[in-house]
Amino acid sequence: MRRIISVLLENEPGALSRVVGLFSQRNYNIESLTVAPTEDETLSRLTVTTTGSDKVIEQITKQLNKLIEVVKLVDLTEGAHIERELMLVKLKATGSQRAEIKRTVDIFRGQIVDVTSSVYTVQLAGDSEKLDGFIQAIGTSGVLEVVRTGVSGIARGEKVLSL
Amino acid sequence: MELLSGADMLIRSLKDEGIEYIYGYPGGAALHIYDALFRQDEVKHILVRHEQAAVHMADGYARATGKPGTVLVTSGPGATNTITGIATAFMDSIPMVVLCGQVASTLIGEDAFQETDMMGVSRPVVKHNFSVRHPEEIPEIIRKAYYIAATGRPGPVVVDIPKDMTTPNERYEYSYPKKVKLRSYNPAIRGHAGQIKKAVDMLLAAKRPIIYAGGGVVLGKASDQLTELVRMLGYPITNTLMGIGCYPASDKQHLGWLGMHGTYEANMAMHHSDLILCVGARFDDRVTNATEKFCPGARIIHVDIDPASISKTIDADVPIVGPVDAVLKEMLSLVKESKEKPDADAIASWWKQIDEWRAFHGMRYETSPDVIKPQEVIEMLCRLTNGEAFVTSDVGQHQMFAAQYYKFDKPNRWINSGGLGTMGFGLPAAMGIKLTHPDDEVLCITGEGSIQMNIQELSTCKQYNLPVKIINLNNQALGMVKQWQDMNYESRHSQSYMESLPDFIKLAEAYGHVGVRIDKKEDLETKLKEVLAMKDKLVFVDIYVDRFEHVYPMQVARGAMKDMWLSKTERV
Repeated sequence: MRRIISVLLENEPGALSRVVGLFSQRNYNIESLTVAPTEDETLSRLTVTTTGSDKVIEQITKQLNKLIEVVKLVDLTEGAHIERELMLVKLKATGSQRAEIKRTVDIFRGQIVDVTSSVYTVQLAGDSEKLDGFIQAIGTSGVLEVVRTGVSGIARGEKVLSL
Repeated sequence: MELLSGADMLIRSLKDEGIEYIYGYPGGAALHIYDALFRQDEVKHILVRHEQAAVHMADGYARATGKPGTVLVTSGPGATNTITGIATAFMDSIPMVVLCGQVASTLIGEDAFQETDMMGVSRPVVKHNFSVRHPEEIPEIIRKAYYIAATGRPGPVVVDIPKDMTTPNERYEYSYPKKVKLRSYNPAIRGHAGQIKKAVDMLLAAKRPIIYAGGGVVLGKASDQLTELVRMLGYPITNTLMGIGCYPASDKQHLGWLGMHGTYEANMAMHHSDLILCVGARFDDRVTNATEKFCPGARIIHVDIDPASISKTIDADVPIVGPVDAVLKEMLSLVKESKEKPDADAIASWWKQIDEWRAFHGMRYETSPDVIKPQEVIEMLCRLTNGEAFVTSDVGQHQMFAAQYYKFDKPNRWINSGGLGTMGFGLPAAMGIKLTHPDDEVLCITGEGSIQMNIQELSTCKQYNLPVKIINLNNQALGMVKQWQDMNYESRHSQSYMESLPDFIKLAEAYGHVGVRIDKKEDLETKLKEVLAMKDKLVFVDIYVDRFEHVYPMQVARGAMKDMWLSKTERV
């Protein structure tokens, strides 16, 4: 099952490599990984999406917690949560394609953030499925380049992950 | 406040931490530190002949005393040579701090002479590692390193120290922190009361209970609590290879150790039990055999300081995270208070069954009128040392024989690389113990394969006068490899036979020690007595044992715990 694990990590050099190393050492999957400092400059927040049986996920969270620099973590998929990913995509856009692409971008509530005579660069945010859906709708033949941030997530409601 | 250089701060921090001995080997990046060592005499340094041995020495010391060991090496090859030792300590949860020199911070990343990314190289085999970025950080990092190494589930911690952090003419205010604050590291200090209560209720209601104890009991200094609980309940107990000595082996409730080469009765009792109380063990693959066939009728209570050890391979019905001594103490008082008592009839018939299993195999082996059997060497050593020696071992058949036939009644006396299975561990570990236990008998039981992996340490033994007794069970082959080849590869002995073995007697003599060869069965006892009487000499005893012996019992691969070979021809 796919899981989103959110981790508060000491903002120290090498801390990220411990997390990444743990996944490869113990043969766990990483589907995506995002990391950035938080409003508290001593902490980074890391979001990792992974897959595995309940037993594997339990081990992943336990092993992550064992890392000295992991301060706190939560499996967001255990409760209601919001997940978002940002995608920038360059599309071939000439002639009649230009209007068609614009319409599709609007349907997906994306934005065209850069334009040349033959290329649109589109920005799109949403859950991973929505981004997949957009690429499918456009058709891969028109796609020149894709960059995705990986998933960031947060719990719904009043639950917060903080010290 | 005192002004000290980084190197002086490091050595002073070790002293303030109460460190008496460090084991190591100098080199360029560590020279400021070695100079600081030279200018004081409170922290003593033991110069080994290979960095791997320094780590095993620190490890042997830590296993015998329960206190963290300390290693000091230089960058690059000095640091990488420690890795096997660190991995050994990591697998067996041994507290240790390894101080590594590093090239100057201005050179890091430039492929400088003797530069290795020790932070990266050591990362998968340490509990934690630190890199010093400012000399002022040194006291705090050292304090944290020992704190992390010795608390919770213990383990090795590496501190990487770039050379410019220890420059002699740059001085800083020194004070050693009294307290450690780590917001992200808070090991459990007691178990969950409700879970403990539930566990005690299950224990008292069990019909076929067994206690399965591991190295965590030794590390957690909980042997007394465990022994008291087991005696009060009157239940059978088995332990892992790492748990040897956590409960007296000579006691009738003790079934010996379990697993791949465990006793018939321990493995049978585990398989047929209805309740397993696992304390400080981790259901390792060398214990469980095939996990899907593991103890089908048993419910499991699992006590461990490390939550990640619980339900990792075998699901626990009642998980209890906490230090084993505290949890066992709470269990004891609950058992005492409880109106419920163990089911006397059920327990009596369980013991009747166990005694039948015990009588069935009883660790028998075939003796021969003229060939020396490795098992009888160990039995004799146990008798001649009253079962009170510190025994280290290397890895292979001799290790299993030593663990099977030497009866340990105390913890911290059986010292072996259980998790990683490191050949070359035995001699340096024995040295680390002898150094701090000069009046105790320290035996290194080894084989002619393993001993050659750190034989150079005979030189260190001479320098520091470490009169350990090396018992080389010489079968002229890599015995355990050969046994597997006999059993699984139709006796194709691929690379398991060593030609051109050295003359170990001359070798021992060349290093300034005594060598004794025993190849006649009738000489065994007299010569071993002579060897043990040479209190102030290191004696290398080269004993020619049966070349064809196998270790039994041996679990059948991919079977249940109860599936075992009992000899070359009997399978149950």
